[in-house]
Amino acid sequence: MRWLAVWRRNFLVWRKLFAAAVLTNLADPLIMLFGLGYGLGALMPAVEGMSYITFFAAGQLCTATMYTASFESMFSGFSRMHGQRTWDAILYAPLVIDDIVAGEIIWAASKAWLTGSTILGIVLVFGLAASPLVLLAVPTAFLVGLAFSAVGLIMTVLARNWDFFSFYMTLVMTPMMMISGVFFPAEQLPEPLVSVAKALPLYHGVALVRPMMAGEIPQQALAHLAVLLGYAAVGYLLAIRFARKRFSE
Amino acid sequence: MSVLAVRALRKSFGALEVVRGVDLGVAPGECFGLLGPNGAGKTTTLRLCLGLIAPDAGDIELLGEPVPRKAREARARVGVVPQSDNLDPDFTVAENLLVYGRYFGLSPREVRARTGPLLEFAGLTGREGAKINTLSGGMKRRLTLARALVNDPQVLFLDEPTTGLDPQARHLIWERMRRLTAQGKTLILTTHHMEEAERLCQRLAIMDHGRIIAAGSPRELIAKHIEPQVVEVHGPAGALEAWMALARAAAARVERVGDTVFCYAAEVDRVLKSLAGHTELAYLHRPASLEDVFLKLTGRDLRD
Repeated sequence: MRWLAVWRRNFLVWRKLFAAAVLTNLADPLIMLFGLGYGLGALMPAVEGMSYITFFAAGQLCTATMYTASFESMFSGFSRMHGQRTWDAILYAPLVIDDIVAGEIIWAASKAWLTGSTILGIVLVFGLAASPLVLLAVPTAFLVGLAFSAVGLIMTVLARNWDFFSFYMTLVMTPMMMISGVFFPAEQLPEPLVSVAKALPLYHGVALVRPMMAGEIPQQALAHLAVLLGYAAVGYLLAIRFARKRFSE
Repeated sequence: MSVLAVRALRKSFGALEVVRGVDLGVAPGECFGLLGPNGAGKTTTLRLCLGLIAPDAGDIELLGEPVPRKAREARARVGVVPQSDNLDPDFTVAENLLVYGRYFGLSPREVRARTGPLLEFAGLTGREGAKINTLSGGMKRRLTLARALVNDPQVLFLDEPTTGLDPQARHLIWERMRRLTAQGKTLILTTHHMEEAERLCQRLAIMDHGRIIAAGSPRELIAKHIEPQVVEVHGPAGALEAWMALARAAAARVERVGDTVFCYAAEVDRVLKSLAGHTELAYLHRPASLEDVFLKLTGRDLRD
């Protein structure tokens, strides 16, 4: 549980900057949700048996969770590791790099979970989801957060400068968002793209949350959970491996 | 029992061997200095002793724990003042101590009880709520020292603790380090500031190119490696050259660096006499210092 001290350090910073942190994390996804959801939704019939805004809310919950996890583990993490040298200071104490990696990933996932949960709360307030089954999206958001935090932290411990993250965001995250069923059903894409989407974590987050919005148990739920858990676990192990290498130099 | 025992330590980064067979022993309660020019391997040796990096060969024992295998246990009783400040800029002075104490498993209550005395020691009383970026360089250094003491360590590692500080700030840090030694703490510092080493350290090791090339007390090192008297002579090149033959006859060792000539000898009366009449030359007669030993052993070439 030594990682908890790292988690609590980040939590204390977050608490101090609470208002700004929440605003920046939530404003963008909510503007998108209501803007596109109601604006574009007014032009559209039901999609997969639900209103467009409900359909899109499931995708947006996962996307916002993904972005919070990625920004926190990459930009904030890199700043702590590289700019501020906070990790160096922690390593003089009886902690090792594995503790820091675990603390950072779980912290970024926690922050992402808060983003996802808050969007879910707003979905409920606006009556966009009818069934209590949608509360299962709360733990799902944490798992989506873990998967993207772990992958994000791999990028961080490999990065030599800030530009490195632009490649990941532009070449991986943005296309992933387009093909993972966030804005429209992924299955309407031509075949190779559907398979690519299924190999990436975001698709599986959306596939879990969307039926929950409609009050249904997701089909192949275990498979979707396994992919997300796999990304989290393998990402965690790789992040530790690369971090150990970086800090042995 | 020694606080730190290092034997046959080796470490390479790629093709470059940075530490090439180092042996060290530090006794409880002493202030031990590791001296060397830039790139000598001092910081790497320190990082190896703390278990932050693994050696290629050799044994390290810190506070009775084998390092790096039990480095975590050893570091619980060690404090570190790094070369460059890495205080947490998101926090106030008191929060820095609180968060850092948590890394050692200390509860907020325990740290709060220690905060007052630690800030008093660091000369930062009344600054609990100050932001890090409002502190001067000297204050940051003192807070880093206080942070390193939050777990009440037996041993303190200080990597160039006064580099970049003004004389006032430097003297304050030195005074605090002496206080810590008086309290029975063991201090291990790296420096290339000879005055610092001479004032603070009971024992020194001079390191160059990854090896320890001399060790002992400052006085022992001076007595063993260098003539006790020095005359430094400055002047225009022509005048120096006209006089240097006399100097060579009068001193045991003569070194010229640019427009300065250093004459080393047990007795310098003959050197001083030889200067009579050379009105263009200015000179300084002084006892030999650690810096003379250092320059003799590591050379006068620039290290980058």
